[in-house]
Amino acid sequence: MLIKLLGVLIVILGFAFKLDSILIIVLAMIVTALTGGLGVNGLLETLGQSFVANRSMGIFIVTLLVVGTLERNGLRESAARLIAKVKSATAGKVISTYAVMRVIFAAFNVSFGGVAGFVRPVIMPMALGAIKAKGLEPNPEHTEAIKGFAAGSENVTWFFGQVLFVGGSGALLVQSTLKNLGYEVNLVDLAKVEIPVAIFATVVYIVYTLISDHQMMKKYYGGDQVSAVNKSENPKVEA
Amino acid sequence: MINFFFSDPKITIAAKLLELLFFLMGFVCFYTGIKNLTDRENKANLGTGVFWIALSIVLAFGRWIPNLINGILVLVMTLPAILRQVKPGKSIPVDPAYSEAWSKKFNMAIFIPALSIGIFALLFAIFTKLGALVGIGFGVIVAIVTLMLMNRDNKVPTFFNDARRMLDIVGPLSMLPMLLASLGAIFTKAGVGVVIAKYVGMIIPQGNVNIGIVVFAIAMALFTMVMGNAFAAITVITVGIGAPFVLALGANPTVIGMLALTCGYCGTLCTPMAANFNIVPVALLDMKDRFGVIKRQWIPAMFILAFQIVYMLAFK
Repeated sequence: MLIKLLGVLIVILGFAFKLDSILIIVLAMIVTALTGGLGVNGLLETLGQSFVANRSMGIFIVTLLVVGTLERNGLRESAARLIAKVKSATAGKVISTYAVMRVIFAAFNVSFGGVAGFVRPVIMPMALGAIKAKGLEPNPEHTEAIKGFAAGSENVTWFFGQVLFVGGSGALLVQSTLKNLGYEVNLVDLAKVEIPVAIFATVVYIVYTLISDHQMMKKYYGGDQVSAVNKSENPKVEA
Repeated sequence: MINFFFSDPKITIAAKLLELLFFLMGFVCFYTGIKNLTDRENKANLGTGVFWIALSIVLAFGRWIPNLINGILVLVMTLPAILRQVKPGKSIPVDPAYSEAWSKKFNMAIFIPALSIGIFALLFAIFTKLGALVGIGFGVIVAIVTLMLMNRDNKVPTFFNDARRMLDIVGPLSMLPMLLASLGAIFTKAGVGVVIAKYVGMIIPQGNVNIGIVVFAIAMALFTMVMGNAFAAITVITVGIGAPFVLALGANPTVIGMLALTCGYCGTLCTPMAANFNIVPVALLDMKDRFGVIKRQWIPAMFILAFQIVYMLAFK
C-alpha cells in the first residue's frame, strides 16, 4: 500500500531539493507505474495516451507565433507610453497603475516582458521619478521596498489575471485533472469562477502597496515635509 | 488515415479544426527543431533538434500514432532535456531602436493584434461550438495578418523565427504541463489517490465537506510552498485530498477544482522555492534582501487565501 506513495514522495522531495523538473516527473512516473502494477507497457501506454490527450496545454506554443513579433514591433514601448499617460504622484500610485494594467492584459494573456523587460527599465524609473519630482532624494530602504512591491504586483496580478484567460494552461490542467477523476468542466466556467478572486487579489495588493508607501513616505521623509510638498505642488490630491 | 479523419462527416468541425491547430503547433516545434539542428552556433544542436522534432511528431500526429509509440517518443524527448542538451540557438535579436520607432508610428494600435488572441478565445468559447482553443488559433491568425498589414517588414518567416526565439527561451519546460497531466493520469491509474485518502482519512474526518475544503485549500498552498510549483501540487493534492474529501461529497467541481489552483498560487507567493517569481527578481532589481519580494507578498497572499476559502465554502 504505502509503497505506492513513493512517486508522490519523489515529486515533493525532488521539487523541494530543486532537481531538474522533468527528471523528477519522469522518475515519479516510472516508480509509480512499477509500484502501482502498471508495468512498463502500462506506463508507456498511459503516458502516450495522456500526453496526446493533453496536447491542448501546448496551445501557448501557437501564441508564441505572435508574442515575439509583437515585441519586435514595439509592444513594450507602447505599454510604457500607456502607463506614463496616467499621471502618478507617488511611487505607490505608479505601482498601482501598473497592477491594474497588468491584470487586465493578463486576462488576454499579454505580458510586457517581466521584471527584466519591463519592471526594471520602465516601472522602477517611473516610481523613483515620482519621489524625485517632489524634490526628495529616494531613501535606500524606501527604494528597496518599492522594488519589492513592483515585483510583487507583477506576480500577484499575473497569477490571478492569467486565470481569466480562457484556454490558459492552469485551467487546462485543472480540467484534465478533474477529467481523470471523472468530472467534466468547461473552460469558460473555470475562468468565470476566478473573476471575484482576480478583483479581490488586485485590490488587496494595491491597498497594501498604497498604505505601506504612504507610511514609508512619512517615516523616511517626514510627514510635514510630504504634505507640505503635496500642498504646494499638487493641491487637489491631498484634499 | 489522416485524410480519412478530415473527410469523415461524423467527426465534428471543432475536432477537425483542433487537429489543424495541433499541426500548426507541431510545425512551430518542428521549425524550432530543424533551425537548431542546423545551427552551427548551437553547441547542443543534436539534443535540441531531437527534443523539438520528437515533440513536434507527438503534437502533430499523436492522434494517429499508437499510444505505446507516443509514450516512447515522450520518453525520448525527456532524455536530452534531463541531460541539459536542449539549448537556445542563434536567432535574430530584437533591435530596441527598431521597436521604439515602430511603437511611435503605431501609437497604441499595436494593442489590436496583442489583444486579438484573448478576444477571439472568449468569443469562440461563448458564441460558437468550436471552443476556446480554436478561438486562440483564429486570434493568432488574425494577429499575424494584422501585423503584416501594419508593417511590411513582418513576413511569414518573421513570425516563425520569432516563435523559435521565444520557444528557445522557454526550452524543455514547454512540455512540463503535459508531462504533469500525464503524471496525474498515472497516479490515478496506479491508485495513489486511494492510498493518500486512506491515510489522510485517519487524520481528518471524512464526510464533512467544510472541513474537507479548508484542508484541501491549505494543503494546496502548503504543498505549493514546499514544491515551488502549483501545477505539480494540484495533480497530487486533487487526487489525494480534493477528490475523496470534497468532490466525492457532491461539491461543485468547477468552483473547487479551479480555486484549488489559485489557493496554490497563494503558496507560490510565499516561497523561495518558486525562484523564478520570488528570487530571480531580487537579483534583476539589485535588491539587498533575498526575501525582499516575498516580504511584500505574504500578507496579501494570506488575505487572498482566506477569501478563497470563504468563497469555496459559500459556493461549494
